[in-house]
Amino acid sequence: MVYGCHPEQRRSIFGRYATGAPFLCCGCSGRQSALDTAGSEADATSLLFWVLVSTGAFIWLAVVGLLVYALRDRRHMWSEDAAGKLILWAGPIFSSVVLFALLTYALWLMPGLRPSSAGALRIEITGTQFWWRVAYHQSPGPPAISANEVRLPVGEPVELVLRSDDVVHSFWIPSLGGKMDMIPGRTNRLSLLANKVGVYGGVCTEFCGTSHALMAFSAVTMRPDDFDRWLAAQSNPAANAGGPGQHLFMKHGCGSCHRVDGTEARGLVGPDLSHLGGRETVGAGILPNTEAAIASFIVEPGVLKPGTRMPSFAMLPPDEIRAIATYLKGLK
Amino acid sequence: MRTTPPRSRPSGRLDSLWTLFTAPVVWAAHFLICYLGVAIYCAKRDRFPIGFDAIRAGIGVATAFALVAILVSAWLAWRQWGFGAHDPPHDEPTRHDRTLFQGFATLLLSGLSFIAVIFVALPVLFVTECLR
Repeated sequence: MVYGCHPEQRRSIFGRYATGAPFLCCGCSGRQSALDTAGSEADATSLLFWVLVSTGAFIWLAVVGLLVYALRDRRHMWSEDAAGKLILWAGPIFSSVVLFALLTYALWLMPGLRPSSAGALRIEITGTQFWWRVAYHQSPGPPAISANEVRLPVGEPVELVLRSDDVVHSFWIPSLGGKMDMIPGRTNRLSLLANKVGVYGGVCTEFCGTSHALMAFSAVTMRPDDFDRWLAAQSNPAANAGGPGQHLFMKHGCGSCHRVDGTEARGLVGPDLSHLGGRETVGAGILPNTEAAIASFIVEPGVLKPGTRMPSFAMLPPDEIRAIATYLKGLK
Repeated sequence: MRTTPPRSRPSGRLDSLWTLFTAPVVWAAHFLICYLGVAIYCAKRDRFPIGFDAIRAGIGVATAFALVAILVSAWLAWRQWGFGAHDPPHDEPTRHDRTLFQGFATLLLSGLSFIAVIFVALPVLFVTECLR
């Protein structure tokens, strides 16, 4: 108890709290913070958060102020009638009015946060243990397939169609908005409108198995013309494919699980690797996209991502692993 | 301990707990009507010849009925409590105090139910369609 302390002890306790306070602010910024926003849905949610926190802080201060007043003021006793009126007005009436105001404000925000499909780009995302299948639907033409990375044009509403292949996952890009569950056998929708160019973090927020915490992705927001160019490139095979790495990739059967556009690799069990080299990360957000990281994932996927369905290829000669990693890194 | 002799039971008062539950039951029924009505309409909206605005109007009518029913319950409770002439806590083991306690508790539950019914109906003021 602070009140029972010696003044020096009290100062020391307050000092410790003051030293720790800046750490609380770590969650207020960065590429994966709902308070450091880059989308209109996240803006609205963040404002709602601050309104709720400010109202809560104001009420807390008022209650503590009343408590201190009640403890210290012994000059006069309140009449039972006056105390009853205070309880009536500060209790049920004030609480009801504040809750009514906050509920009305939150409900007023809701229509803007609900999914919209009017004229929007549609991106279908399927959660699977422990990565994300991504398809950009464009008309006309077949969808552009990707994995573990979501790209969005700034200033254009995007409709995300969310599904799951196995267990319940949940899709969230804190800086842009969300979140929404991905439930097997059900299609959920989410709308996002990015308003700032950048790279943001996305995560699975529903425990889905051993590597749930390693099921992440990057959300890249781009200028609309850059996005259109990128999407056109994604719809075609990578330009610089080939070389000995491609031969080894096919020879060791990687194509039975992974798809690489423009080759005989048509597997759908694992992530599409058609443009792996152009992505921000490897292994669904857990490693930087370098040749060394790709090679390490080939050698020990079960160590880097426990529970993954990909077997280890540690039996391959190191130079072959390096060649495959070089080939995959070159798929841009 | 008070030594007031037990008073006789006020005439015409119900010796039952049903009045106590009236307002919460109205609240529960209103909640079910709103929740089930919207859920069924939005799940099978192709089969209904009406638009979502009709559902919103229906919820408005149900809310008006529920609020009136709760106000009637509150007025009866207010009367049972003696129109505020007695102060709580009404904890004497007498029929008179039991009646007053029941009236006061019914009045408080009516207040709670009144606010809850408004909160339940509030979303359809802002949500104007099943899916955008």
